[in-house]
Amino acid sequence: MIPAAWYLILAAVLFVIGAAGVLLRRNVLIVLMSLELMLNSVTINLVAFGHVLQDLRGQIIAIFIIAITAAEVAVALGILVALLRNNHSLEVDELTVMKG
Amino acid sequence: MEQAFFLLLSAVAVGAGLLVVIARDPIHSALALVACLVQIAALYVLLGAPFLAVIQIFVYVGAVMVLFLFVIMMLDVRKEAQARFLPKAPLPGLIVLVILAGELIFLLLQSARLHAVMGPGQPVSEQPPVAELSLLLFQEYLLPFEVASVILLVALIGAVVLARSDEADKNAAQRKAPRGAAR
Repeated sequence: MIPAAWYLILAAVLFVIGAAGVLLRRNVLIVLMSLELMLNSVTINLVAFGHVLQDLRGQIIAIFIIAITAAEVAVALGILVALLRNNHSLEVDELTVMKG
Repeated sequence: MEQAFFLLLSAVAVGAGLLVVIARDPIHSALALVACLVQIAALYVLLGAPFLAVIQIFVYVGAVMVLFLFVIMMLDVRKEAQARFLPKAPLPGLIVLVILAGELIFLLLQSARLHAVMGPGQPVSEQPPVAELSLLLFQEYLLPFEVASVILLVALIGAVVLARSDEADKNAAQRKAPRGAAR
């Protein structure tokens, strides 16, 4: 039997790694992939708690997270293709079309 | 035995996650992320959620990451990836990261309410509860399920509209125009 705390520690480590990718990398693609990593770490937490509490709702929420993530990635990559077509670069710092 | 599996899988997952952030080439990052997601799917099996593991591999590895790889290969972003990290002043980001990590460690170690919830862990049942899962999903969570399908449809349409080029529209219009003139 695996202590539930191990799953939480693993999820925390993966979350911090993903946050590092989001905050420190300059390529938009890598930032998106790091977001995927962060979402997955949260999903590990949900499933681990659902397993410990013997409640299936954790898995239900995890399924919804996966579905919404697929939609998010499709839209994000569409925006990225449109950006590259208009000759913007892929660097986070230079994407100031919306004056952010 | 289970613990050895967990340690192996989580070590590979953390290593692949680090590689995602560190790798210079976006394709290496994407492949490392695929490895990481497969490890997480295996962890779901250890947690007694084999259905979720299959969903993870189908959707993430089969659809999302292949979409990423298509975009990377289609757009030729190799030269964009020469500079790896933010050039100027990553200090605020580093400070935020250190605060985040410290907070997570503190909460995991100190929170009494968390320790009340977490016991030594539950044994994984032999029979995976897929039937109960589907009953819960299609009875109690039917409305969110349908809303999720609508969201997927809207995202599909949005991605098509975003990725369609203006030149394609112009070409289509030009192709239509002579045919009308000839008639």
